[in-house]
Amino acid sequence: MLSIRKLGKHFGGLTVLEDVSFDVPLGGIFGLIGPNGAGKTTVFNLITGLLKPSTGTISLEGRDLAGLAPHQVTRLGIARTFQNIRIFKEMTLLENVLVGMHDKLGYGALGPFLISRAFRSAEAQGREWALELLSWVRLEHRAGMLADNLSYGDQRKLEFARALATQPRLLLLDEPVAGMNPAEKTVLMEEIQNISQRGFGVFLIEHDMRFVMGLCERIVVLNFGRIIAEGSPEEVRNNPEVIEAYLGREDDGASV
Amino acid sequence: MEWLANFWATYSTLIYSIGVYALVALSIWLTLACGLLSLANAAFMGIGAYVSALLSLQAGWPFWAVLVAAGLAPAGVALIIGIPTLRLSGVYLAMATLAFGEVVRIIILNLEITGGPEGLNGIPQSTRGWHIVAILGLAVYGLARMRRSRTGRAFEAIREDEVAASLMGIDVKRHKLFAFVLGAVLAGVAGGLNAHATFFISPREYGFENAVDILTMVVFGGIGGLVGPMVGAGILTLLPELLRFLHEFRGIFNGLVLILVVLFLPKGIWEPRRIRALFGLGPKEG
Repeated sequence: MLSIRKLGKHFGGLTVLEDVSFDVPLGGIFGLIGPNGAGKTTVFNLITGLLKPSTGTISLEGRDLAGLAPHQVTRLGIARTFQNIRIFKEMTLLENVLVGMHDKLGYGALGPFLISRAFRSAEAQGREWALELLSWVRLEHRAGMLADNLSYGDQRKLEFARALATQPRLLLLDEPVAGMNPAEKTVLMEEIQNISQRGFGVFLIEHDMRFVMGLCERIVVLNFGRIIAEGSPEEVRNNPEVIEAYLGREDDGASV
Repeated sequence: MEWLANFWATYSTLIYSIGVYALVALSIWLTLACGLLSLANAAFMGIGAYVSALLSLQAGWPFWAVLVAAGLAPAGVALIIGIPTLRLSGVYLAMATLAFGEVVRIIILNLEITGGPEGLNGIPQSTRGWHIVAILGLAVYGLARMRRSRTGRAFEAIREDEVAASLMGIDVKRHKLFAFVLGAVLAGVAGGLNAHATFFISPREYGFENAVDILTMVVFGGIGGLVGPMVGAGILTLLPELLRFLHEFRGIFNGLVLILVVLFLPKGIWEPRRIRALFGLGPKEG
């Protein structure tokens, strides 16, 4: 379980998050929603070590994540994708996924130079596993293509495969369908459900209410840096505070 | 045969320089491959040259030991200055490494043991052609293998997107430091080879101009692979010689060639994808 306790973040005098506490299970699909500027991405940046919390703690299965660098957080089993897709565009799809396996390819420093057996077998297994991950998101037939040539929706799917290559226990998805058309949204929704069914915990931030309600088992609602509701989609939908802060304002909710 | 002997007597220094600068170009390619714009490599070359020359002249070390020292001395310096400066990126890192290079030059200029502005004379000419070929071959093999390993992929990932790379479990700081230090080793060894090929070294050879020249070689040749930097080093070392007939207009023409390459071939003159397309072989996947 990922436990967040009394988490707070200030930038100078500006309070972005205050007293945020909730638990994310390492299984199923968990959602974090809220209007623009509520502090959702900040929560992800704090979890993954890109930002340091001002107050409070974050722990994974009892292990404190405070003060860890991003690569150390990843090695403990948390992977993420970005709202604005950040794949390695000048690398092939296969290479993108292999980068995700960086820490899992065990061969000595001299392995690549002596072309040792350990090096060859680790690389071969890595490639096989990368192709398997690409097949999960139905991109294996494009493994040798440069990532830059993929469509927007496919780039997101590649980002999923690359994140899964780090063998995470929890996958953080930052607005996975932002900017996607309805057809792409449906495909990505299926992919997220597939990932969850394969046993990975999914924790996603979303703006699109319909998307979240159909996908998540449990939802936390953030508004102006504070949690205003937590519960099942049904409970959240009927919470008057949520309706007032988020759902009630259609002009706000409809804008991206 | 006599013709060949004459040719070698006239041009051996030039051919040696091409090999040495190919090695230096690879050293700066290594840092660029990791997304670091470092201008310290001329200074690393200078440290290697001076340390090796002094060890030969004053301590009488054997040549192989001198070359090892020429690699290790700048590596030690790179480790010390790399830890604080590699937090910087882009043009800020270029400024910091440029300043470092000037500090090195001024120190060499003012020390007594380095001969000050007069430089060092009478360095034993121990460098043979096969030394340069062997070391360059070893460097190319090592870097080519590295590119096909997880380290090479990590460098490329860091160059493209540092944040994304770190979230793939890559220790960005360590990889950058490794690229910087390994680049210093290559530059230092090249400096050692150069010092023992040219008989004479002076602080002028390792200053700002040289730092920019080295960077130009790599940009000119292309940073996409290992061949580009070496091609760039070869052409830019040869070009001033080939343009000798232009006399005082040589520098202008040299600059013009550079501008044309940067304008029309932004990825350098050696770009395998484009060359294949030129010969109708079509783009190769993967």
